[in-house]
Amino acid sequence: MELMLQQLINAVSLGSIYALVALGVAIVFSILRLANFAHGELMTVAGYTLYATLLAGVHWLLAAVAAIAASVIAALLLERVAYRRLRSANPLTLLITSFAVSVALQSLFLLFFGARPKGIELPAFVDAGFRIGQLRVQWLDVFIIVITGLIVLSLHLFLKKTVIGLALRSAADDFRTTRLMGIKANAVVVGAFMLSGALAGIAALFYFATVPNVVPSSGFEPMLKGFIACVIGGLGSLPAAVVGGFLLAFLEVGSDAILSNSLSPYLDAIVFGIAIILLRWRPGGLFGVRMTEDLRV
Amino acid sequence: MSSLGNQKDSSASPANPAAEVILRATGLAVAYGAVEAVRNLDLEVAAGEIVVLLGANGAGKSSMLNAIVGLSPRVGGSITFEGHDITRKSTEMIVRSGISLVPEGRRLFSNMTVRENLRLGGAALGLAEFEREFERLHDLFPILRKRADSQAGLLSGGEQQQVAIARALVGRPRLLLLDEPSLGLAPIIVNRVFEIIEELRRRKVTILLVEQNAERALKIADRGYVMSNGVVEAAGRAADLQTSAIENAYLGTAGA
Repeated sequence: MELMLQQLINAVSLGSIYALVALGVAIVFSILRLANFAHGELMTVAGYTLYATLLAGVHWLLAAVAAIAASVIAALLLERVAYRRLRSANPLTLLITSFAVSVALQSLFLLFFGARPKGIELPAFVDAGFRIGQLRVQWLDVFIIVITGLIVLSLHLFLKKTVIGLALRSAADDFRTTRLMGIKANAVVVGAFMLSGALAGIAALFYFATVPNVVPSSGFEPMLKGFIACVIGGLGSLPAAVVGGFLLAFLEVGSDAILSNSLSPYLDAIVFGIAIILLRWRPGGLFGVRMTEDLRV
Repeated sequence: MSSLGNQKDSSASPANPAAEVILRATGLAVAYGAVEAVRNLDLEVAAGEIVVLLGANGAGKSSMLNAIVGLSPRVGGSITFEGHDITRKSTEMIVRSGISLVPEGRRLFSNMTVRENLRLGGAALGLAEFEREFERLHDLFPILRKRADSQAGLLSGGEQQQVAIARALVGRPRLLLLDEPSLGLAPIIVNRVFEIIEELRRRKVTILLVEQNAERALKIADRGYVMSNGVVEAAGRAADLQTSAIENAYLGTAGA
């Protein structure tokens, strides 16, 4: 029973991180049809910022804010430097560009920080926890789950209640008509990248709190998981991204708990295999959103 | 040419010479790659007028409306609105300067509510101001009150068209462009749409209308332009525009 509960907490905590990454990916994808593979590098930027600030003795709260800010700035720079000129390019060009940007950023990290892992000096409370009977709960997991819940809720309200939030939703549906409302295309795109960057930054805080060292390719794995979460849920839909994130985490934690130790090196292969079967069954993802804008004329 | 009307000269002048011209297109040309959709088009709309653009499918009417708001590629000529050159302005700046387009096919944001659709139409307004304008539209569009929280995509075609027009009006444009507002609607609903346009006329909203239903459109319009193959074949006061000229244009025999 305790073990079950323990696994449940692990799955929800891991799912929270995946959901945040998936949300960041989905926001940009829904508006620009851009699969931003450099999303992982935004997380790495946050990771190195966390490493550098904590090493310099900055208070962890300030370091966290700096990490999120760094990832937001990086996202805005990506939009301005790499993606803006290609906004009307076809999705394949965008896809290849985002791969190139991802590789270029990893090389840049390598140049500045080297290939060796940089250990992040986490504050002591990260390891602290409490017991309920036999069950040991880490404060970090509680924190991750609560903050993620708050973020998803406030994002929902933002998209429902503010004009810029509504514009982000309408642009995802029909960008041309959104411009006919007098809404600036640049404002929408910049807004999407800012949100995406902030989500990457927060996800990075949680990710590096569980894996406390950063290398140039650190962002790759969480980015990949975030993408798979998006695809499982239904690419382009934000609620689907959140559900996909949690589903992926439950698949991972569940498989890990059921499988014998000798199979655990193949965990990713098994989980991705299940994801492939799922997509064979529902090619558009669980929530199968439509991909064209012109269906409703 | 005489059968097409002698209105060519008067085409560039509004029905009421005292009214101020607010929209003026001069020598406008629109092309999609090598395909010319509109050629050397002159058009004027004066404050308070309803002007209708008639013509067969592919005559260039929608391209013309889209060119005004900067959505079609303009390759020549110029457009001024209230004396300001808007030829090279972006769509969002043109809309913000006071021109609103109800696009063909309505193009509501289908998975958003009616209210959310209107909020976007009034994106430039503050919340309190938006609420006032939203209320103000209720008598003309009772649907707004009844279905405010319904998902726009679930409304009937006629209801959607009303929401689309309301969405374009909520930001208080000084020129409303309507692209085929009766297209695909049941006859009884078409009546409702024309009633709304007449009501807008009483409220002194300036309208440039693209419409397939020439007969009805000419009844409510002050002036009309008949387009064929991207050029104006005939123009003049709505009452003067001869049905034969229009028929010719629709059948593609105009100018033959």
